[in-house]
Order: sequence, then C-alpha cells, then structure tokens
Amino acid sequence: MKTEYKIIVDLIEEKTRVLDVGCDDGTLMESLKKDKNVDARGIEISKDKVQTCVSKGLTVIEGNAELDLKQFPNDSFDYVVLGQTLQAFVNPEIVIKELLRVGKKAIITIPNFGHWKVRLNLLIKGTMPITESLPNDWYNTPNIHMCTIKDFVKFSKIINFKIFKSLALTNKNISNINNSNLFYKNLFAELGIFLIEKKDENRNN
Amino acid sequence: MNIKEKIKTLVIKKPLKLDCGKTINNFPLAYETYGSLNENKDNAILVFHALTGDQFVTGINPVTKKDGWWSYAVGPNKSIDTNKYFVICANVIGGCMGSFGPSHKNPDTNKIYGTDFPVITINDMVNAQVNLLDHFEIKKLFSVVGGSMGGMQVLQFISNYPDKANTVVPIACTSNHSAQNIAFNELGRQAIASDHNWSDGKYLSNNTLPDKGLSVARMAAHITYLSKKGLQEKFGRKLQERDALKFGFDADFQIESYLRYQGSVFVDRFDANSYLYITRAMDYFDLVKQFDGNLSNAFKKTKAKFFIISFTSDWLYPTQENKDIVIALNAIGADVGFVEIKSDKGHDSFLLDVPDFLKTLKNFLDKSYSET
Repeated sequence: MKTEYKIIVDLIEEKTRVLDVGCDDGTLMESLKKDKNVDARGIEISKDKVQTCVSKGLTVIEGNAELDLKQFPNDSFDYVVLGQTLQAFVNPEIVIKELLRVGKKAIITIPNFGHWKVRLNLLIKGTMPITESLPNDWYNTPNIHMCTIKDFVKFSKIINFKIFKSLALTNKNISNINNSNLFYKNLFAELGIFLIEKKDENRNN
Repeated sequence: MNIKEKIKTLVIKKPLKLDCGKTINNFPLAYETYGSLNENKDNAILVFHALTGDQFVTGINPVTKKDGWWSYAVGPNKSIDTNKYFVICANVIGGCMGSFGPSHKNPDTNKIYGTDFPVITINDMVNAQVNLLDHFEIKKLFSVVGGSMGGMQVLQFISNYPDKANTVVPIACTSNHSAQNIAFNELGRQAIASDHNWSDGKYLSNNTLPDKGLSVARMAAHITYLSKKGLQEKFGRKLQERDALKFGFDADFQIESYLRYQGSVFVDRFDANSYLYITRAMDYFDLVKQFDGNLSNAFKKTKAKFFIISFTSDWLYPTQENKDIVIALNAIGADVGFVEIKSDKGHDSFLLDVPDFLKTLKNFLDKSYSET
C-alpha cells in the first residue's frame, strides 16, 4: 500500500465513520475497514472505479465532490478524506468548506508544487513543470489549482480552518511540519498531509 | 397441459385492504421460483417485475414459449445466481398471468370484472406479495430486486417492511412518476379505450379483443424504452424489404415495421385491461407524497444495504430521478451505493445484455451475501 494511505489510516481512529472523496479503486477504504473497523463510504467520479469498488464490497456512490457533497447532512462523518485532488477543483475553497461541514474533521493531501524539482524544472527549462506525480502538460492537466505546502498553510488562515496535524512525506519518510521547518519541508516534501478541523466560531454554519 | 397447470398459485386468504378502500380476500397470487431455499432460509431474493413482465423471470416462459424477461440476469452463475439464491417472483395483482386481475370473474356477480376491478396501487402489489414470505417461512429476504416498476415495488416493499430484506436493489426507477411518465401512460390507455372493441372494458364477455388499441399502446411505450441513439444506430432511415419509398402508408421504414411487430406480438400475451390497471398503479405511485414530502422518511426504519443503478441513456427514468433516491438515503446516513451504467440501450438496458450492468449487479449481490 502507498505510504500516503498508511499515514491516513494511522490518523483515523477506530470504529469511526469515514467518507473517502475520490476513493479511486477503494484501496484506502479497504484498509480502513480492515485495520480500523471503520464504517467507510466513498464518492468516485469514474464509473469503472465505482464498479471496482462494488466488486470489493465497498459502499460507493458515483458522483462529483463539487456537486454531490451537499447531499450529506452536517457532521455526518467523523472524517472526510480528500487525497491529492484539491488542486483539480474549480473552487477549492468551497470544497474545503463542504468537507468541514460534512465531516467533523478532514484529511487533505497535497502534491507539493513547492518541491525543489518542480522549482528547478521551471527555473531551468522555463516551461511548466512535469514530474512523476504531475505528469501532464499545462494544457491537458486536470490540476488547475496547484499549491505548495506553504500555500496550504497560508490558506488555512485565509479561509479560517484549523490545521490539527501536518505531515510531510519525503522519500517515503514521514515528518512533522511546523513553523520552524516549513521552509525546508516546502522545498523537499513530495506530499503534504493535513488533518484539519473547523474553527469553533465556524461551527453550526 | 393447459395454461392453468403451468402456473403456481397461492390463494391469499388474509384480507388485504387496498388503497382505494376496498378489501379483497381469498384471491390468487401466481408465482414462480428458481433455485432452492437453503436450510437457514436466508438466501431468498424476491424479484419484482415491470409493467409487462410476469413471474416467469428466466428459462422458457411456459405460456409464451419465449425466454423469460430477465434471462440475461437470472439463472445459474448469472448476476442473480440461481445456484446460490432462491429466486421468487410473483405476477402483480391487476396482472394477467394468473394473479387476481380484471380478467377474473367477480364471485359475487359471476361476471368478468373488467373495469369493475378495484384500482390497484404499487403499495397493494407489495402488500399482496409479502404473503409469499409466510408461505415459504422466510423471516428475512437476502434481497429485493427490480427494475422500472419492479424498482418502485422494491422501494415500497422496504418502506413497508423495513426488517424483511438485507439488501435492496432498485434499478432504473423513480420515487414518483413525472408528468411525462403519466403522459405516456395516458397515451397508451387512450389508445386502448378508443379501440371500438374495448367496449368499456367488457370485451372478454363480448369475445372481441381491443388488439389494435393495445398494440398502439405498446408501440408508444416501446419508443420510451429505447434511446434515440440506439434507434438511430439500429434502424436509421433503413427501408423495410424495399429499395425505394412506396408513396403510401405501408411500413416503408424498418422502424415502422419493427414497432408494428412489437405491438402485434404483445397483444398475444397481454390483457388490455391489465395494461390500464398497471399503468394507473405506476402513475399513482408517489413515495415522496406518502411520506409528506420527505423521501428520506420512507427509509428511516430500515438498516438494509441499498444499491441503486441507473443508465446513461434512460430518459424514461433518468439518472437524476434515481439519484434523488440516493440523496434521500444519504441524508439519513443509510448504507447506499450508486452507479450509473454507460449504455445506449435506453430504459430497456436493465433487461438486455449490458455486461457492465450484469457484472456490477452480480458483484454487489455476491459480495453482500458473503458478508452476511
């Protein structure tokens, strides 16, 4: 299993209700059910992948997070997981607000556009960066709102949510991100993993 | 062997109060079963048929001598695997394959009911069929499954009997008929009623059949079961056994000939009054209204696992109407999965060889069964 999934499984408490937004082929949901006895639900946009999930006995609805999160009542899940797709939404702000409305907590993972290879790519070649995790050209990429780990931390202040825990994934090694190492993590981590919550004053909205 | 010997019938002694206010009792419910009930009696699936279906789900229908209506999906090793599950299907009341319907005699008057038969609803249909569970001593079904009007019965069943099924599979259906749905049904009913032979529904006593009207009703309905793209690809503007237009009103086009054929074979197996009664039941179905405008309340009492399936090219019960059911279920945190299957075959997709659909249905049922 991907290290990213292992980290997410570790962040989630046992016997909770979890919604995996963009659950792909259900790999994460399966290990959540197996390892954490979680009541897992998924939303997935690809018909093929929904069918794969069904064949694994997972409860998944075909849908689009930007349109279909609104059918869930407030706080209907303990956690909502959004893996590496925030950058593909038309309006990431609305998506984050919806995640935090539907879930008591949200886990968001970000492919870090601040990684040194990305920066070097742009600096030297002068063209939009193409890397292993971001393999598309600028004109055909689904990733229309790329951000860096630092951007995401800044964003938490702008739209007012609380980052409960932030982790960096660098060459399969996991480390904490804090104010003092943010510059380095933003340069060397491939992935940022954030456990976020609503700020108290934002509850009940 | 005459037709009656081919039809298994359960006489329901218990009085059934219908939505129209009348009560019926000692009435026949015709059914068929496939596969065998296991010792724990936990492998039963109640399949509900659609408007013109019947209890002969699969294999050769002994009355029509044609394949059962869901032969693609039901049978040994198929989506609804009769090696594994015990499949029960009943002819709906109001129907014409042995269950209590308008072609039966009224014991009080000794005359054929015709339009004196009470108006039936989807709710009445499932309340009649639940008696099959007692008959087979089944406490809880493994699943209730059905497409189109069968899907409506699935929804009504789990709403009425929340503890009587582990899994619930409504396919290509809706929680209430749209104006367009009612309009098409009304077109069919008016086609029947305007056939002189219909005689206000008394045709069986007169020995004349409203075949023309019923076949036009079927032709109109048949168009709604297919997609524009499917029709275009299959028929386009192809001519029927001729090289040029004949400048007349014969069936020049293949699509005309096809529809006429569909109409003509339908009248051999279906009763015109049953067509009126069953389309009426579909039009009256409104699970949203039954629960005061909140569909979620229909499912509040059940812990069953739902799986809802729609088809991309189905414009009779489009994806959004199926999704409204998903939304109502998610609003109460129910266990619900949903997939829209890609198919050009229109509403009829659920009856046809659509591999993605058949595979997904099988996967859902088999996986759920192994977990219970």
